[in-house]
Amino acid sequence: MIARGAMHRGSALWIAALVHRLSGLALAIFLPLHFLALGLAIDGEAKLERFLRWTDQPLVKFAEGGLVFLLTVHLLGGLRVLVIENFDWRDGQKQLATIAAAISAIIAFIFLAQVF
Amino acid sequence: MNVRLYLWQRATAALMVPLVLVHIAVIFYATRNGMTAADILSRTHGSIMWASYYGLFVAAASIHASIGVRNVLAEWSPLTDRRAGMLAVALGLLLAALGARAVFAVVLS
Repeated sequence: MIARGAMHRGSALWIAALVHRLSGLALAIFLPLHFLALGLAIDGEAKLERFLRWTDQPLVKFAEGGLVFLLTVHLLGGLRVLVIENFDWRDGQKQLATIAAAISAIIAFIFLAQVF
Repeated sequence: MNVRLYLWQRATAALMVPLVLVHIAVIFYATRNGMTAADILSRTHGSIMWASYYGLFVAAASIHASIGVRNVLAEWSPLTDRRAGMLAVALGLLLAALGARAVFAVVLS
């Protein structure tokens, strides 16, 4: 027998909430590193340039594509929450969550296609 | 999450919707031909517009992220609400300080 609390797990909207939370957490972990990287410019353009050339590595570019996905999926997931909380209920929330994930994946893919 | 934190969380989220959209557009623009420090700094150096935009973004993101992390810690970790709150405040202050330093670095230094 499935515990009552676990019954909803695996549903599209439960996964959407989990993705929203995990993407937010990942972005919160990334942000200090992002700020430290930009802060390199305090010591001059050359230091920032050295770091940017380090980011030319394929693995780093893939990670950047992942970050673009996380940022977009968190934005769209958050927009969905704001709309649900502030406007009349609309059907098709599962489809909207799926579309948000698909758009995020497409944007991340376009980013990767551009940087490679 | 109490009502005050809930309202801050949602207000900063709404504020960041246009900021994130612009940021994503800037990411695509900046990386279109490979990204160089000279390109970035030539756009941002001495720009009051970029200083205001990124300053506001840093403030909103610091508040939004710290409240979000507080909720995660309170719900998913064994920490008490008080401890989760203290860690979240520390994270918010760290993000605000590092973010302000980054804005200073690309706009004013």
